[in-house]
Amino acid sequence: MTPQQISEKLKSQFSDNILDVKIDGVLDPFVKIAASHIKEVAIFLREDADLQFDYLMCLSGVDYGKNVLGVVYHLASMQHRHKITVKVEIPADNPEVPSVSSIWPTANWHEREAYDMIGIKFIGHPDLRRMLLPEDWDGHPLRKDYKVPEFYQGMKVPY
Amino acid sequence: MFENAHPIVKTSNGRTLRSEEMIINMGPQHPSTHGVLRLELVVDGEIVVDVIPHIGYLHRCFEKHCEAMTNYQQVIPYCDRLDYTAAMNMEYGYVLGVEKLLGIHVPERVEYIRVIMLELQRIASHLIALGTYGLDIGAFTPFLFMFRDRERILDLFETTCGARLLYNYIWIGGVSHDLPPGFIDKAKAFCKYFRPNIKEFNDLLTYNDIFIKRTANVGILPADVAIAYGCSGPMLRGSGVNWDLRRDDPYSVYNKFQWEVQIGKGEVGTVGDCWDRYIVRMREMEQSINIIEQALAQIPDGDVQSAIPKRIRPNAGDLYVRTESARGEIGFYIISDGTASPYRVKGRSPAFVNLSVLPEISRGYMIADIIAITGSTDIVLGEVDR
Repeated sequence: MTPQQISEKLKSQFSDNILDVKIDGVLDPFVKIAASHIKEVAIFLREDADLQFDYLMCLSGVDYGKNVLGVVYHLASMQHRHKITVKVEIPADNPEVPSVSSIWPTANWHEREAYDMIGIKFIGHPDLRRMLLPEDWDGHPLRKDYKVPEFYQGMKVPY
Repeated sequence: MFENAHPIVKTSNGRTLRSEEMIINMGPQHPSTHGVLRLELVVDGEIVVDVIPHIGYLHRCFEKHCEAMTNYQQVIPYCDRLDYTAAMNMEYGYVLGVEKLLGIHVPERVEYIRVIMLELQRIASHLIALGTYGLDIGAFTPFLFMFRDRERILDLFETTCGARLLYNYIWIGGVSHDLPPGFIDKAKAFCKYFRPNIKEFNDLLTYNDIFIKRTANVGILPADVAIAYGCSGPMLRGSGVNWDLRRDDPYSVYNKFQWEVQIGKGEVGTVGDCWDRYIVRMREMEQSINIIEQALAQIPDGDVQSAIPKRIRPNAGDLYVRTESARGEIGFYIISDGTASPYRVKGRSPAFVNLSVLPEISRGYMIADIIAITGSTDIVLGEVDR
């Protein structure tokens, strides 16, 4: 299916929760969804016979600045050979998104990484621990307002 | 396998002995974890009940560095250091992303040079993977044979760009140096030299009885689990999924060459076991040689630096680009805000994703099998931790 058809199918199913669709003028066509409904949309994307997005290529946390964070899901279907990008946006002071790790198990580690780096809390994640940084690290380094701490565990950070 | 996980053992005088699970720490400094990977093994006797990987020991803030750069080109050397055994593949993934953001097309000669380098690099990377895998299992000799041949590939890289491991060779819009005089003949000679060696590797290791006993029917990864966990590369193909981005999401000039995607067929065990993942890599080297030979025969003339832009300032926008590295799908999600440096770069590394399936395929096997399973996933920790 073309991105046009995919977005139309999503619109007919989840009309109110599709916030934005951009097909032309962007490099990757994307659909923006209300963060609270990502799980239902994800199940539909995976289970619908015409869509069958069985492969989550990438899940990225993004800090857009101006107090807005986002999660970007890049999906592909091995069966139908089509792709779509799904985006959600959330406020930085309450960064909560339902987890999709029960739908695509690969999201488990990606979400842990996004939590670690950006500080997005994935509701319903089975094991939301830091992935790459030490467990007692303060802050989330990929936030745009992140300041490198001067000390870690009483040791001076050398730069 | 779990039925007798907690047998009640009675001594001859009627006392009941208790048996319980134990946690064993494997790594971070352990020769078979291929770097600084720590595995927390929950074991019941010799049987592994669960594996919890702990990563991050090699975290170098790749993504944060990308945002701090003053321009797009400066990111390329950092990409080299993601997967230092397949640096060409890494830098190509990023460069392709930026080229797509800019909308530039590179000259045909550049595409051919890149394909030759990428495939040579794939062979070099597979040689490390297979050699060290033999080493994990206890076969020392194949390792030496494979490193001997890898050395020749590194020599080719050295004559081209001066570096043996971390190249900064593929630039946005071109490559840093044209092929040196005599390169094509040397590369052809290498292909001719290397092809019979694959048979030698097979005789030494692949069909060795001990090797088969250690790897067949171990760490079986079913195709549906592989897809759900986002596995890619030889890991996915080993499970019998006929999927290769070079063919199925084509980029560069790969569609001009004749070659075949190799998949695991369960020849000595079950589809998706460690041996299948191994043999896919072994057979892929032969296919890479096929591609290189065709590319060397067809390579056109031209200027390799004519398309290099002087000023790189992509329009605001974002894109995800994926290519097939030696380990699988290396993806870069690049967001541009219209300035001279990237706003956000996310590296989706194949080894990171492939490693996440390790607990799933390790449960119920012996501790010694964990070595075989970890080796067959072929992780590079530089790429896992970024």
